[in-house]
Amino acid sequence: MIDGIDFLQLLWFLLIGLLFMIFYFTEGFDYGVGMATKFLARNDQEKHLMMETIGPHWDGNEVWLITAGGAMFASFSDWYASLFSGYYILLFFTLFALIIRGVSFEFSAHAETEHGFRIWTGTLFWGSLLAPFFLTMMFGSLIQGVPIDAQGNMSLSFWNIVNPLSVVAGVAGVLLCLIHGINFLRLRIDDPELSERAASLNEKLYLVAYIGEVVFALLIFFQTDFFKLRPISSTIITLIIIALTAWSDIALIKNKQATAFVTSGLTLVAVVGLLFNGLFPRVLIATDPAHSLLIKTAANSKLTLEVMTIVALILLPIALAYIIWSYVVFRRRIKVTQNA
Amino acid sequence: MLSGVTMLDLARFQFAMTTVFHFFFVPFSIGMGFIVSIMETLYVVKKDEVYKKMAQFWGKIYLLSFAVGVVTGLIQEFQFGMNWSDYSRFMGDIFGAPLAIEALLAFFMESTFIGLWMFTWNKFKPGLHCALVWISFIGSMLSAIWILTANAFMQHPVGYVIKNGKAQMASFWALIANKQLWASFPHVVIGAIVTASFVVIGMAAFGLLRKRDVNFHKKSMRVALWIALFASIAEIGAGDYQTQVEIHEQPMKFAATEGVYETTGDHAPWDIVANLNTKEHKNEGAISIPDVLTILTYHKTSGSIKGMNQINKELHAKYDKKFGKDMSYYVPVKTLFYSFRIMAGFGALFALLSILGLIWTRPKKNTIENKRWFLGILGISTFLPFVANTCGWFITELGRFPWTVYGLFTIADSISASTTTGELWFTNIMYFLIFSTLGAVMIYYCKRQLDMGVADTLERGAY
Repeated sequence: MIDGIDFLQLLWFLLIGLLFMIFYFTEGFDYGVGMATKFLARNDQEKHLMMETIGPHWDGNEVWLITAGGAMFASFSDWYASLFSGYYILLFFTLFALIIRGVSFEFSAHAETEHGFRIWTGTLFWGSLLAPFFLTMMFGSLIQGVPIDAQGNMSLSFWNIVNPLSVVAGVAGVLLCLIHGINFLRLRIDDPELSERAASLNEKLYLVAYIGEVVFALLIFFQTDFFKLRPISSTIITLIIIALTAWSDIALIKNKQATAFVTSGLTLVAVVGLLFNGLFPRVLIATDPAHSLLIKTAANSKLTLEVMTIVALILLPIALAYIIWSYVVFRRRIKVTQNA
Repeated sequence: MLSGVTMLDLARFQFAMTTVFHFFFVPFSIGMGFIVSIMETLYVVKKDEVYKKMAQFWGKIYLLSFAVGVVTGLIQEFQFGMNWSDYSRFMGDIFGAPLAIEALLAFFMESTFIGLWMFTWNKFKPGLHCALVWISFIGSMLSAIWILTANAFMQHPVGYVIKNGKAQMASFWALIANKQLWASFPHVVIGAIVTASFVVIGMAAFGLLRKRDVNFHKKSMRVALWIALFASIAEIGAGDYQTQVEIHEQPMKFAATEGVYETTGDHAPWDIVANLNTKEHKNEGAISIPDVLTILTYHKTSGSIKGMNQINKELHAKYDKKFGKDMSYYVPVKTLFYSFRIMAGFGALFALLSILGLIWTRPKKNTIENKRWFLGILGISTFLPFVANTCGWFITELGRFPWTVYGLFTIADSISASTTTGELWFTNIMYFLIFSTLGAVMIYYCKRQLDMGVADTLERGAY
């Protein structure tokens, strides 16, 4: 295979990419809905309604992140170990966001006072905003190449973590999730007035997204080696990202809600694609190229990869089947209920 | 910064704190899944509305415990990489697979089906709806199997080879067939069921003490008491079985739980309390019952128990080449000794309480309402299983000292080189604050639900 990379090693690199793609597609929209509770809802009933659209799904969606992390641990433990210990603080903030968000659904359902409900919808909002921000920020930081020693330990300075590209990546992640979430919301609610409000907010957000994507692409061009290493594919994927956003934008204007939703999700998928395309054949880029972690050296044993492949081949289709079924069960649009 | 507190101390403290907290909610939610499944099954079979109300009312507690369980579990997957990256590098080839399978198989199942269950009370027929909660319970049990597979390897490594200084999987089946796994799994899952039954029993007792929803709480309590009776008796067997495995595979852990420093004669007494001198490695007198330790250990009247001092020598002989002469193989003896007594003592108490509870809640001779002292004890016993679970984990994890992977890799070698004490102080304090807040809110909402009463609670919707 390419560069001495085994088939299974390549497969698991791609699978981890795929898991992050599905994670951004699915949890992306429920982060977006979580944020939309602040930007769109005019009263508590509308907040309830919005939360109910993702109520049955958000926990399962989060499992894609856990699966991606678990798969990374199982197939490239050196990658997992270096990444998670190196980005200690960013990952702590991500966890913090996921925790305050994760309890918000149940706690707000149990809150009896308006004050209590405010607190837990507040944690939903902040958690939904900060989780994609810090996580995407981490990706924006690591693709630039960071100091890694021969043992694989990172020593990141403040500016390795906080810089124009990482911050723009974080903001772009948040923005794309918000757009995607609003598109999901419009698919799931039977409330023309709220839906109209959501659409007009999204029309503005798409304009910001175009600017963000161009800035993001320029920063990737200057701050990473993606365009030097893989000029053609990087350019194509960048154009696809912008084209998908435009498609989604047009679909929104034409009120094709399903198309708008799918394409806004695919925009996030394409962003992950750009990152993984640029990373290959590395998994972590070191400032000293000799210390970069490579797919072929960071990968775990052949037996582990074989076991994991068989397990994934059996379990993924089953999981996908009942996850899809759960979306089919909750396909009917919902309204604000009186006793909510 | 406090001098003398090392990164290792902080990382260990963080691991202990986050897992103990997570493990408050894991058994709680696994067990609640079972109890709610039984309640809803009773509704499907008997078609009595009261069981539907039970499944919904206690289902809300289930959902609360599940939510806190999920968010405290997130940390677990992250912290191996964050704080223990050298451990992750060493163990990843083996540890990662069960963890990934846990996510793929169990987490998707639990989260998807609990999501389906909570929103479809009015959508599905009772039978199908009931199946959903069973599936989510089965998912949580599968989750326990896979994480215990990883833990069993750490307790008793099997099916591996060491290559380039890392543990590499040699046989996946050996990992799953690990005796340690099948000894701890029943103990953990049955313990979870005991935990949740006593939450239901205890909360119902508080309800009865305040004379709220009397019939509902009495009926709930009786369902939970039956479950508690079977589970707490089975738990004694499961605990004993696990001990039998420990005696052979981790003799130091076992000797420490019994405070045995010097190898005993053939009729070893069982110490109820003991004056343990951990500096000079001596047991300086105890209140004990003759012969009982031998009987508990070997299930026969004669047999000697190997003491820690002898085991320490044996471990030195075995491992000095690899880990050097300066290692100490003594585990935290006092913690293990008293943890075991608390855990086992509470276990026996749970069996006793469920028998008494069942006697006093018999359908016709129902006298439990008049026994306020007993209701008070049951109320307090809401919290006891959490203490027992924590003690159990202390024994399991501290008893593996000084290793993360028994005989292969030490705790001191496991830590991340790139984190700083400052970061660890910060995250320790933050986790502590977050967790105590979550715990307090959770208890508060459980209490409020009880105060609100059944009718009002269900009025607010089933989730």
